[in-house]
Amino acid sequence: MTFINYASREINCKIVYYGPGLCGKTTNLQYIYDSTAPQAKGKLISLATETDRTLFFDFMPLELGTVRGFKTRFHLYTVPGQVYYDASRKLILKGVDGVVFVADSQDERMDANIESLYNLEENLQSQGYDLATIPYVLQLNKRDLPNVTPMDELTQELLRKDEPVFEAVATTGTGVFDTLKAVAKQVLTELRKG
Amino acid sequence: MADTPFIIQEHQFQRIKGILARVCVECAARAVFLVDRDGQPIAFHGDIGDMDTTSFASLAAGNVAATSSMAKLIGEDVFPAVVHEGEHESIYISVIGRSLLVVVFDERSTLGLVKIRTKRASHDVANLLDEMSRESVVQAAASNTFFSEITDEDIDSLFS
Repeated sequence: MTFINYASREINCKIVYYGPGLCGKTTNLQYIYDSTAPQAKGKLISLATETDRTLFFDFMPLELGTVRGFKTRFHLYTVPGQVYYDASRKLILKGVDGVVFVADSQDERMDANIESLYNLEENLQSQGYDLATIPYVLQLNKRDLPNVTPMDELTQELLRKDEPVFEAVATTGTGVFDTLKAVAKQVLTELRKG
Repeated sequence: MADTPFIIQEHQFQRIKGILARVCVECAARAVFLVDRDGQPIAFHGDIGDMDTTSFASLAAGNVAATSSMAKLIGEDVFPAVVHEGEHESIYISVIGRSLLVVVFDERSTLGLVKIRTKRASHDVANLLDEMSRESVVQAAASNTFFSEITDEDIDSLFS
């Protein structure tokens, strides 16, 4: 749910990075955090296990600048990708304004991508949202690896509507900001539509 | 489709700040926060030092979301309050509808005092939030005029 505060002239929106385990959701946030000026970001909070797997969520607030005198702040969240953390994923989707689905392009992760995407659709529905209408971007990550599925095959399986699709290598930042920009733009456009 | 935006008008924000200031004094607290259950900070009052209030709000909401789910698993509908007691600093979180009243206090106060005084303030907070929620629907329609003036160039300029 977008928060508009006329007193502090702020717009706050929530964006959730979703996808199967080890697809690079946290790496997306880490790259954004590392590449952003200190005054534009808050702390990157990671609720992770001892082996650095996301346990509950990662979170960072990102201030993009002002639109018509209103500061726009995006709250970026990731969900834990592993199948058995479904209860946590549902909680994190509450109040979401936009979703990025990060797919792992490796051949052997195709089934995991499809399962996670179904899970996203189900969990959005359980929170009263519809993937067909919510601001949404598909990111095809890990394009630098040798064993990747061709892009047209991935999109054939994973495309749900006419969402923007970006090839990415989150470790080096390729496609990371394009993805963020595309989802943020949709969220603000949605706000404009009312 | 995402939810209707939650809109806080200037006069409502000042009323929230007034309630939080009162709770802060009555509880002898270090700081008091009002946070949306989805993790958005609404307002705060008190001594926050260099605390990252945005992260604090997000974690408080995550904390309550997790304990509420645990409540359901053991057959409780909701835990109306969550307490964390530290050696010097403690946190008391009271669930008020779709928001959280979070009181940070130290040795100058007690959990009992915070509980009693927070309960009294909960009614005022709930009423104000109800009013804001109702007005948000009306205001959302009115603010469309304002936000419809946002151009593609305005949005693009955020990423330049």
